[in-house]
Amino acid sequence: MTEENLALEIRNVTKRFPGVLANDNVSFSLRKGEIHALLGENGAGKSTLMNVVYGLYAQDEGEFFIDNKLVEINGPSDAINYGIGMVHQHFMLVPVFSVTENMILGSEVTKGTSLDLNRARKEILKISEAYGLEVDPDAIVEDLPVGVQQRVEILKALYRKANILVLDEPTAVLTPQEAEDLFVVMRQLTEQGVSIIFITHKLKEILNVADRVTVMRRGKVVGHTSPKETDQQGLATMMVGRDVLLEVEKSPAKPEDVVLEVEHLKITDERDVEVVKDISFEVRAGEILGIAGIQGNGQTELVEAMTGLRDATSGKVYLSGETIPFENPRYLVEHGVGHVPEDRHKHGLVLPYDLADNMVLNTYYQKPYAGQMLVRDEQAVLKNALGLIERFDVRAPGPDVAASTLSGGNQQKVIVGREFSRPLKVLIANQPTRGLDVGSIEYIHKEIVKMRDEGIGVVVISAELDEILSLSDRIAIMFRGEIVTIVEAKGTTREQLGLWMAGATPEAVV
Amino acid sequence: MEDQQISQEDNQSMMDKLSALWRVIAIPLAAVLLALVIGAILLAVSGANPFRAYAALVEGSFGSMKAFGRTLAKATPLIFSGLAVAFAFKAGLFNIGAQGQLLFGALASAAAGFMITGLPPFLHATLALLIGATAGALFAAIPGALKAYTGAHEVITTIMLNYVAINMTDYFADGPFKDRTEGNIVARTPEILDSARIPSIGEIPVGFLLAVLAAIIVWWLLWRTTLGFEIRTVGLSPHAAKYAGMKVAATVILTMVISGVLAGIGGAIETQGIVYRYQPGFNAGLGFDGITIALLGKTHPIGIIPAAILIGAMKAGASTMQFNAGVAKEITDVIQALMLFFVTADIIIRKLIRSKAESGETVTLSGWGQQ
Repeated sequence: MTEENLALEIRNVTKRFPGVLANDNVSFSLRKGEIHALLGENGAGKSTLMNVVYGLYAQDEGEFFIDNKLVEINGPSDAINYGIGMVHQHFMLVPVFSVTENMILGSEVTKGTSLDLNRARKEILKISEAYGLEVDPDAIVEDLPVGVQQRVEILKALYRKANILVLDEPTAVLTPQEAEDLFVVMRQLTEQGVSIIFITHKLKEILNVADRVTVMRRGKVVGHTSPKETDQQGLATMMVGRDVLLEVEKSPAKPEDVVLEVEHLKITDERDVEVVKDISFEVRAGEILGIAGIQGNGQTELVEAMTGLRDATSGKVYLSGETIPFENPRYLVEHGVGHVPEDRHKHGLVLPYDLADNMVLNTYYQKPYAGQMLVRDEQAVLKNALGLIERFDVRAPGPDVAASTLSGGNQQKVIVGREFSRPLKVLIANQPTRGLDVGSIEYIHKEIVKMRDEGIGVVVISAELDEILSLSDRIAIMFRGEIVTIVEAKGTTREQLGLWMAGATPEAVV
Repeated sequence: MEDQQISQEDNQSMMDKLSALWRVIAIPLAAVLLALVIGAILLAVSGANPFRAYAALVEGSFGSMKAFGRTLAKATPLIFSGLAVAFAFKAGLFNIGAQGQLLFGALASAAAGFMITGLPPFLHATLALLIGATAGALFAAIPGALKAYTGAHEVITTIMLNYVAINMTDYFADGPFKDRTEGNIVARTPEILDSARIPSIGEIPVGFLLAVLAAIIVWWLLWRTTLGFEIRTVGLSPHAAKYAGMKVAATVILTMVISGVLAGIGGAIETQGIVYRYQPGFNAGLGFDGITIALLGKTHPIGIIPAAILIGAMKAGASTMQFNAGVAKEITDVIQALMLFFVTADIIIRKLIRSKAESGETVTLSGWGQQ
C-alpha cells in the first residue's frame, strides 16, 4: 500500500454523533491524478467523512496521510494548507460580487491598504487558462448559470493551490448538459495532476467519469470496485445492499376517459414574460403522461397553474370536464387532485412541524382531523400518521419528530404518503425523485405506477431523461414554453428526447 | 415485571419532557440572572449596596400580600401586551404596534366607562372591556391589511401607527373626551362609573385572572384549533400554507386583529382596574414592554405569565427600592433592558453556560424580509 503514489489516505476514521455512528472505521485512499467516486445512499456517511477530512468535524478516531506523511487537520485552514479544496453542494459565493472578488475572498491581494483586483484578475485568468476552465473574471456571480457558478467554486479551490478536490454531489444542481461539461473539466483537472474525490449517488455518472469507486453503506465502507469491473446494477446492489430494480416494471397502460385537459393555456410570469405559450394536452385515467424538458422551459409555471398556485393569462384546465378555478389549491384537494411539488422544502413540507402535522397539511380541516368549532382531533391526526408511516415505509423514530430531521427520501415519502392516500382522480408529480437515492427512487416509481394501475391519470414532470422514459406511457416535450411534440414513450430513444428538449423540431428528429 | 417496565417508560418520557422544558427555559433564566448580576455590579459601582437594593425590590414586590397584589396588577397589562406580540409572532408578524393598540383600547374603554350610564355593574364592565378590545382590533387591522394586500412591512407600519395612536388619544383626552370638571386643567377623561370598574378579590385583581385565562385561551387557540394550525403554518412557511390551500392574506389580517384584541383588552383593564380614567402618559411603555416579555417568555403564551410577573415585580418594587435603599428606580429599566439584550443575543449565554440546548424554535425576527 505505502508504495503507491497516494495523494490522500484516510485510515480507520470513526466519527460519532449523539445516537449515530456516522463513520465506522472508514479507510479510503486517493491516488494522484485519479477520480475516485464515493458512492452511497443519503445518510451513508459520505459527506460526514469529507467534512472530517476538510476539518469541519473532528474525528473521534483515525488518521490522515497526505503524500504518505501523517498530518493533523484541525480546521478548514489546515485542510487548505495541505492542498485540499472542497466544493459544496450549495455554493459559498457572494451573489452580488464579481468572479474575481469571490475568488480572493478571505485571501485578498492588497496593494498598500487597497485591494489589488487587477493582479488578482490576472492570476485568475492564468489559472483558468492552465486548467481549461473558462470563466469571465469580471462577471457578476448571480448573472452566471449554475454550471458556471460551480466552475467558479472549483477555480476558487485551485486559486488556493488545491491539488486534492472534493466535489460533494456536484451534479445535483446541474442540467444534463452542464453535468457533461463538468465531467470534461474533471478529466482536464486530473490530467494536470489534480486528484478528485467525487461524491455522488448517481450510478451512470460514476461509470462515465470515475477511475475507482468506494461504496459506503450505513457509515461503513462496504466495497471497492471500478467501472471496468461492474455496471449500474452491480453498483446499485452494492450501495443499497439488495437487488434494486433500475427499470420501472410496468404493464402496458389501459387508458380510459380523459380526466385532465389543458386548453390553450398561457401564463405570464412576474417579469411579464410569457413563459407558457398556448399549451394544450389531455391526460386519461390510467396513463402516465411525462412532461420532459430542460429546467426553465415553463414546466414549473405550467404545474403551478394546474395545481392552484398560479394564475394563468388565458386558457382553461378541465378536471373530468369541469373547469377548475385558478389559484385555489383547496378546490383541487377537495376534487381529487394530488400534487407532489417540485420543491419539497418550500411547498411540500413545513420543516419544523412533526410528521403527523405534515401528513394532514392540506386536509387538516376535514373530518376526522377537525371536529366542531375548529377543534383539532390530535388522536386522529396521530393515527393517520402511524398508518401512513407504516404503509409508505417512512424511516423515522416516530410521528412526532420534525420533518427537518428526515433524509430527503423519507421526506418525499411523507409527501407521497399524504397525497397518494387521498381519493384521487389526477396525480401531478413534479420532479418526484430529485436528489433521492436509488432505493427511494425505486420505491416512488413503484407507487406512481400503482396509482396509474388504480385508474388515476398521472402527470410526471422531470428533467431526468431516464425517469421520463421509464415511467411515462406518453411523453410531452417542452421547449421555451411550448410543447414541441407528444409521443408514445415506447420506441422513443434518449437521443430523440435530448434533441427535442434542445429545441429541434419534431420533423428534424428521426 | 411488565408494570415496572411501563412505569420506567413513563419515567423516561417524564424525563424527556423535563429536559425539553429545561432546554426552553434555560436561556431566559440565565438572561435574567445575568442581567441581575450586571445590575448589581452597576449598583455597586454607583456606590449603593446591591444586596440592600435587591432586598428592597423583593420586599416591595413580594414582601406582603399588598405588595404581591401590586405586582400582579402591574403584570396584568403586560401579560396582555406580551400575548399580543407573541401571538402575532406565531404568524411571522412582528407587532411593534401593541403600544398603539393598547392606547386605543384604554381610551375606548374609558369613554364607554363614563359615557354609558344606567347599566348594572357586571354588564357595564364587560361592555367597556369589549369596546376596548374592538378598538385595539380595528387599529391592528390596518397594518394587517397593509401587509396582506400591499406587502408593506408590519414593523414599519406599526411603528408609525404608534405615533398616530399616541397623538390621537392625546387629542381625545384633551378635546372631545376631556374631563370638564371645574378646576381641571389636565388632559384626561372623566372618571369611569363605578359600574365599569373591574374589582379585586382581596389583593388579587380580577384583571390578572382574566389575563391568565387569556393566556390559556391563546395557547388552546394556537395548538388545538385549525385556525391556530393555519396561523402557525403561515408563520413558518407562507409558501407551504398556500400549497395547503390556506388563505394567507386573510390569516395575516385575522392574526393582527386577534393580536389587537389582546393589546386592547390590556389597555382596557388598565383603565377599568387601575387608573379609572384615560390619562395620557399613564400607559406609556406597556405595549413596548410586551416585546420584552414575549421574548423572555419564549413567545409561548404560558411562558409569558412568569415573564410578565417578573417585569411587573420590578415595576412594583422600584419605589420601595428607591425609598429604602436610596437607589434611583430607573435601575430597574436598565435591568429590564439587559434582560432583553441577553435573551435576544442568546449566543452570548450559550457560550457562557455552554448550553448544549438545541436551538429548536429559535426566536428570531422572522417577520423581517418576508413577502
